[in-house]
Amino acid sequence: MRERLDTIIDVLLPPIAAVVGALLIGAVMLVMLGANPIEGYLALFQGAFGSTNSIADTAVKATPLLLVGIGICISFRGGVLNIGGEGQMILGALAATAIGLALPTAPGWLMIILALLLGFMAGGLWGGIPGYLKARFKVNEILSTIMMNAIAVQLMNLLLRGPMIDKIQKGAARIPQTPRLADVFDLPRFIPTRLHLGTLLAIVLAFIVYFFLWRTTIGYRIRAVGLNPNASRYSGINVERNIVLSLLLSGAFAGLAGAVQVYGVNHFMITDGSAAGFTGSAGFNGIVAALFGQLHPIGTIPASFFLGALLVGANKLQRVTQVPAALLVALNGLVVVFVVSSEIWRKHRAKKRTIRHEIEIEKDAAAPAAAD
Amino acid sequence: MLDELFTIPVIVGILASGIRLATPYLYASIGETFGQRSGMLNLGVEGIMLMGAFSGFYAVLLTNNFWFGLLAAIIVGGLMGLATAFINVTLQANQGISGIGIFLFGLGMSDLLFQKLVNNVETVSGFQEIYIPFLSDIPVIGEIFFNQNILVYGAYLLVPLSWFVLNKTTLGLKIQAVGENPAAADTLGVSVTGVRYFTVITGGVLAGIAGASLSIALLNVFQQNLTNGIGFIAVALVYFGGWRPLGVLAGSLLFSMINSLQIWVQVIGIPIPSDIAVMLPYILTILVLVISSGRFRQPSALTKPYERSG
Repeated sequence: MRERLDTIIDVLLPPIAAVVGALLIGAVMLVMLGANPIEGYLALFQGAFGSTNSIADTAVKATPLLLVGIGICISFRGGVLNIGGEGQMILGALAATAIGLALPTAPGWLMIILALLLGFMAGGLWGGIPGYLKARFKVNEILSTIMMNAIAVQLMNLLLRGPMIDKIQKGAARIPQTPRLADVFDLPRFIPTRLHLGTLLAIVLAFIVYFFLWRTTIGYRIRAVGLNPNASRYSGINVERNIVLSLLLSGAFAGLAGAVQVYGVNHFMITDGSAAGFTGSAGFNGIVAALFGQLHPIGTIPASFFLGALLVGANKLQRVTQVPAALLVALNGLVVVFVVSSEIWRKHRAKKRTIRHEIEIEKDAAAPAAAD
Repeated sequence: MLDELFTIPVIVGILASGIRLATPYLYASIGETFGQRSGMLNLGVEGIMLMGAFSGFYAVLLTNNFWFGLLAAIIVGGLMGLATAFINVTLQANQGISGIGIFLFGLGMSDLLFQKLVNNVETVSGFQEIYIPFLSDIPVIGEIFFNQNILVYGAYLLVPLSWFVLNKTTLGLKIQAVGENPAAADTLGVSVTGVRYFTVITGGVLAGIAGASLSIALLNVFQQNLTNGIGFIAVALVYFGGWRPLGVLAGSLLFSMINSLQIWVQVIGIPIPSDIAVMLPYILTILVLVISSGRFRQPSALTKPYERSG
């Protein structure tokens, strides 16, 4: 009973404390910027949940975070850090957009399936390369994924300025953007809101990834490698292959996030020259969501919706209090810092528990002796 | 078209701006070298740079004195470094993830402050080029090397200086000992925590200057996400350079020269897609990481928090 309680505290307290801490600091910042924090947070809440439309917007914002986030869960559980969500999203979006533009007369449902699948594969390729480099050459995946992000941005600029540019735009303005994809390719929407089928898909996939990681042999191997690569190697697991696999899958879900973003929300691609211009930093915020969800795919669902709510509500907060929505980006950063910093507290508790265990065992051993 | 690129004034221009553009990379990656040599990976450089860039810019906007701008960037960078050290050294957080948090914090915070305090496009008069008697007058050479502002010179002076500190001083030896074998260093009476706080704060200060070099010396503006990834590249450059200041210099110049070339190609209007050129240094960095993974050994204790056993 006590152990069960301990686990619940271990799992729930750090993220909740991290959010409360970040929001408290946010309140102090609001006061310093001359705004009423209660008014501000009420506006934020209303902006995120105040109407059917705002709830739908929150869900739409949460979707790429969730998809990137479940991918991050896989990579973290496999013992690798995937910082390349931004680039993988871009690659997925590019592949999905390219096929949609190439075959404008395809049946809608077929193209949607094809495009999402292609986005998944393109993201997987972009994540798999750092995976291979790590497995084969021991190249640090943090660095290679960062490099792959930069390369993806340039690839996007190149393609959007060149072969994928809207022919009508070509000429005077040359705004690097693609034509709009055919209307029949739009992901089904829950009219009149902006909510699209991608959100449901992301939630279903979160459950599937949970099942994959904890109920299949491949998932078990990935987690074993993440927990202890040496022990895994001794027990006959191919560590290198699993490193590639976990980064590849992680990238694939980010790629899918990019494809879903295009087919569900934007319906075309445009670039301002930066990664965030397309992703809205979802490649990074997905890491926040996964961490906040305790690196558990199911936990990442509420975490993504919570972060999505913060990001959507931030606009209303800005309108009401005149405090820029960027405040929430900063607070997201604090949430990450607080969550990782709380690890030490969990370690201390685990240590204390072990000591308590040992004392109890000693007592048990001593008790019969005393009875004699 | 291409022959327009190969004229002496253009080549001089490319080299001169290449030398200049290496400045933020140099400050940030030399700072990161100190941290990594002591075993601390700071992935939040980008966020610290943004904070340094904004605070430097704002201070110059208020006081019209670029030295105050530099001071503000140093202070803010140092404070961000202190926070990073507390999170990574004292609280033993996972350095890869905490860096993302620090990046997001700096990204949001610098944008927030900019929108709240400035919120329009303004330029400041930052550091000016310094005329050095005789040297600046040498044709070609003078224009390339000796027609720069003081922050640029500072960045290049930092390379031999950091080499000297890391290799020829007691402090440098302590830094290396802590990065290679913290337990042994601890036994010898070196304060692992103290050394790591020092290197991470130094890295923060230099990242702050790196940001300010953009906002008050090279571009003289601030905007959201001004650094656009330079801080992340700086972290990679440390690996690229094999944890040695000279290697870091080579990597910084590689990135800045190709950037400079790309800008000039666009200015002249040569119709080759510059995106491919910009892509090259990143691809090259990956290749170097592949090749160097066997040659240079990273500090053994890199990313490992230290805790006394027992």
